[in-house]
Amino acid sequence: MSGPLAVLTLENYFASVLKSCADSETVAMVAFVLAALTHAALLLGLFGGLPVFYIWLERKVAGRIQDRLGPTRVGGKFGWLQTIADGIKLIQKEDLVPKDADSLVFRMAPYLAGVASFVAFMVLPVADGWVGVAAECGAFLILALMSLEVLGIILAGYSSGSKWALFGAMREAAQMVSYEIPMAICALIPLLIAGSLNLQVVGRMQSGGFWNWFIFHDPFAFLAFFCYFTVATASVKRAPFDLAEAESELVAGFHTEYSGFRWSIFFLAEYASMFAVSGIAVLLFLGGWETGSGIETVIFEGVEGSGLRSWWKDVPIRGFGLGSYIANVFAVHVFVIKASLLVTLQIWVRWTLPRLRIDQVMTTCLKYLVPISCFLFLGAVLWPLILASTNGRPVVFGNALKSVVSSGSGSAPTVARTNSEVAR
Amino acid sequence: MTEQLLFWVFAILSCGGALAVVVTQNVVRMAFWLVVSLGSVAALFFLLHADFLGAAQLLIYVGGTVVLLVFGVMLTASGHTIKVQTTPAETLLGCGVGLLLLCVLVFGINSVEWSDVASRIPKAGDSAAVIDQAEDVRLESAVTSAKTDESRDKAKNAQEAVLARRQSGRTLRQLGLSFFGLRPDRNLNQEPGKPLAPGYLLPFEIISIHLLVVLVGAAYLARAKRRVTPGLEADL
Repeated sequence: MSGPLAVLTLENYFASVLKSCADSETVAMVAFVLAALTHAALLLGLFGGLPVFYIWLERKVAGRIQDRLGPTRVGGKFGWLQTIADGIKLIQKEDLVPKDADSLVFRMAPYLAGVASFVAFMVLPVADGWVGVAAECGAFLILALMSLEVLGIILAGYSSGSKWALFGAMREAAQMVSYEIPMAICALIPLLIAGSLNLQVVGRMQSGGFWNWFIFHDPFAFLAFFCYFTVATASVKRAPFDLAEAESELVAGFHTEYSGFRWSIFFLAEYASMFAVSGIAVLLFLGGWETGSGIETVIFEGVEGSGLRSWWKDVPIRGFGLGSYIANVFAVHVFVIKASLLVTLQIWVRWTLPRLRIDQVMTTCLKYLVPISCFLFLGAVLWPLILASTNGRPVVFGNALKSVVSSGSGSAPTVARTNSEVAR
Repeated sequence: MTEQLLFWVFAILSCGGALAVVVTQNVVRMAFWLVVSLGSVAALFFLLHADFLGAAQLLIYVGGTVVLLVFGVMLTASGHTIKVQTTPAETLLGCGVGLLLLCVLVFGINSVEWSDVASRIPKAGDSAAVIDQAEDVRLESAVTSAKTDESRDKAKNAQEAVLARRQSGRTLRQLGLSFFGLRPDRNLNQEPGKPLAPGYLLPFEIISIHLLVVLVGAAYLARAKRRVTPGLEADL
């Protein structure tokens, strides 16, 4: 009895769906939801896929540094699938909540950390015009979002009902609250050069050769990159700053009581944050999605709009542009490879340097990094003024910075030359 | 419609979180619900396309204040302070203050002429980015559809003028300049002789000094009360 009736209702249902699709508002809403889901799925893929690679890389690099081979069996000679195997093992584990723990907060804290780490990916542009949320104040927003991860960790440590976890969380809170200050000040220096908080504009301004990268803009920006990278390593609690989970002192720090899936979310968040801070470093100092050889300007932009970006415009959909799509796919790879190199550097540092003591960590930040970053900021502010008054121009050599206009979200870049260039 | 749905989700989360803060007895759970409530308010700001305000809300309240709150609770709370027990008098006082605040808010909302405000609100999808994009498309089509060289040059000039205007300080840059006492939105095309619109330099400076005083006070309160022998801290 249910057979034909069910088919009939299903047919009716599809007919009604098709009919309502003719209504333009519904179509617009479905399109909106689909577009949002596509963005979210892509970002989730980036968020989930990169850590899988980095965890494998970490094991491999650690093995090599310690004169071992690292994983060699799962998935061929190099152990490519080791992380997947780890993940399957972790999901199978029992979901434990200690008797003394505050159950609600204990269960929710990993998600808080994971979500905070994920939302940072939303405002991180991976190519020109390819960004989840094109915010005018993207740099400010991403720093704000990255500062939320600590909350999940503190709540996790506190709600565990364990002394080790509490000590780990306390150290984490003290460390994060202090390291946020030099991190923001160091990030301000390239933003100051760009004169914009929009990360896409910052990336576009560094297009062309590597001499356009902000790290080579002035000596203070050069030093600021290393200062930022140190602070960023500390802010994602990597060794030598991983006091929150110092296993030689605190068992496992804030995640002592966690196991299985919830623990793996913390792990995922840590590696995703490593990519996020490295991505910010690449965007602010190292030319973003450009290789630095200048071939993008020749091939993609071309002379008078003859480059790849203007090739096959409005194909197959109006406003899409196949050439610009290919250029962006290339740019995403450049960006991810650059950021991955910085992540590799973080892994290398972790397995090379011994861990600091907690008082040394705090001293490094408050007595050294904060004054150094303040000095660099002051220098970066004064540099163009001094050059302009002595040299007559705000930069030592090369053109003055290109002024880049932020066009509507998602469209191709519009580069307005400075007056001097237009006059030539 | 999606925005309406999201609005209701975040509105309910922010009100529910705030209620849970009041009802919960445990200090740390209160902090957790405070995160939910304040985060939802930030989400509401994002829905209104007020990105800067939303980011500031996240950075200052969720990332800063709540972290410090939990940090403080962790350092101080033990058995009897972790559970917040209020006496009836405190409950009454709290309810009274809350009701008064509610009265002020209701009075304030009532005194606004909403029909006047509604006419000034941009229509749905009328955010700055959307307007920019529509303008871009219009200018681009003007350039491509131009028949003669002269008209093409004219269209190109118009395009460049729009780009230059956009660069001259919108939203965020305007906000930043206002903090330095400059109001490009109101003072650029002003007739001479009229007084300049004031920026926010004075309030900004007052807040800065206020924060400095607070910092000095905190350092004074937190200083070591005992005399420290110089040799002991040399090995740090």
